Amino acid sequence: MKTCLVVDDSRVIRKVARRILEDLGFEIAEASDGMEALAWCRAAMPDAILLDWNMPVMNGIEFLRHLRSEPGGAKPTVVFCTVENDLEHIREALAAGANEYIMKPFDGDIIASKLVEVGLA
Amino acid sequence: MTREDCELAAQICASRAGLLVDPDKTYFLESRLAPVARREGFNSIDDMMGDLKLKRDDRLAWAIVEALAAGETAFYRDRKPFQQFETEILPTLARLRGLEPIRIWSAACGSGQEIYSLAMSVADLRADLPETKVELFASDLSERALEKAQSGLYTQFEVQRGLPIRKLVAHFEKSEEMWVLSPRIRQMVRWRRVNLIADLNTNGRFDVIFCRYVLSGMTPQMRPRLLENLARALTPDGFLVLGEGESITGVSEAFQPVAGRPGLFARNPAHRAAA
Repeated sequence: MKTCLVVDDSRVIRKVARRILEDLGFEIAEASDGMEALAWCRAAMPDAILLDWNMPVMNGIEFLRHLRSEPGGAKPTVVFCTVENDLEHIREALAAGANEYIMKPFDGDIIASKLVEVGLA
Repeated sequence: MTREDCELAAQICASRAGLLVDPDKTYFLESRLAPVARREGFNSIDDMMGDLKLKRDDRLAWAIVEALAAGETAFYRDRKPFQQFETEILPTLARLRGLEPIRIWSAACGSGQEIYSLAMSVADLRADLPETKVELFASDLSERALEKAQSGLYTQFEVQRGLPIRKLVAHFEKSEEMWVLSPRIRQMVRWRRVNLIADLNTNGRFDVIFCRYVLSGMTPQMRPRLLENLARALTPDGFLVLGEGESITGVSEAFQPVAGRPGLFARNPAHRAAA
């Protein structure tokens, strides 16, 4: 079973994303900020990461830059999932190594379509 | 809506556009026709249908057909046909045509996602096919759909269905809360209102026709006619792309499926009516 780490400081968003991703056949782990997510990744690299941008302690883009420089950190497919919906943020995310980008609000169709895009569903 | 009005609406769609509308789907009919009634200045759908029966106004009848014809669409819908287009159809035709333009038609283009997906693919393959000329055409039954398509404006929801983020970054700009396709891509497409079951009077033939999820939405009587019309509009060595699961078996001899390529059809050389 493929694993997906859902990183978001909102418990509600994590719950919604978990339901959608479980229906798509993923096993889910959750983290509420970038630091917690890094700890998860160091313990076991997931196949995919659904990543919020604005979070306390360590935000999504900082997490992504750290992740990509970790051993094995190039492997996970990272899909941003954020309210940041301007081209500057999207370009910055892609430059930092994001594979796809979802602008909130999202639904099951959007998540499924993006995962197909990156070859995970 | 009364049963009689539902049947009238379905009958208008069938006779004018060959469109299959189920008169039992009252909710669907009402949700599509309520905005038409409002726009046309009627107090209710019932008033509009009453007026239609009385005056047989052609323009109003078409407004009803257009509202009921609109289907769902998404960028790179089903993905596969577009991958096939990029990796097989376009390179093959580029070799065959040389300096002659390749003509591509999105028949029933709706709000434009299909033809724009093809246009973005062509633009992104430009470096691999520097000599190849591609002409893109799009048509729809509905003037309103054509207007929306030509605007190149899409909601955040629309640009997240099927469109890879790198294509969004490469070809769109943000405009307020909407996303607008770059003029470079929009200018690649020529638009026209076409009723696919009328006498098609297209200028020249097309090398590729995308006509997806139209056949399956038509009345059985009109399906052969649609395929005959498309065959006449296609070059002898061109390709027709139908929607996933749409079959021509027992409908018309004008096309034959391309082996191993579901959804892809070629003209049947043995079929004379289309010649």
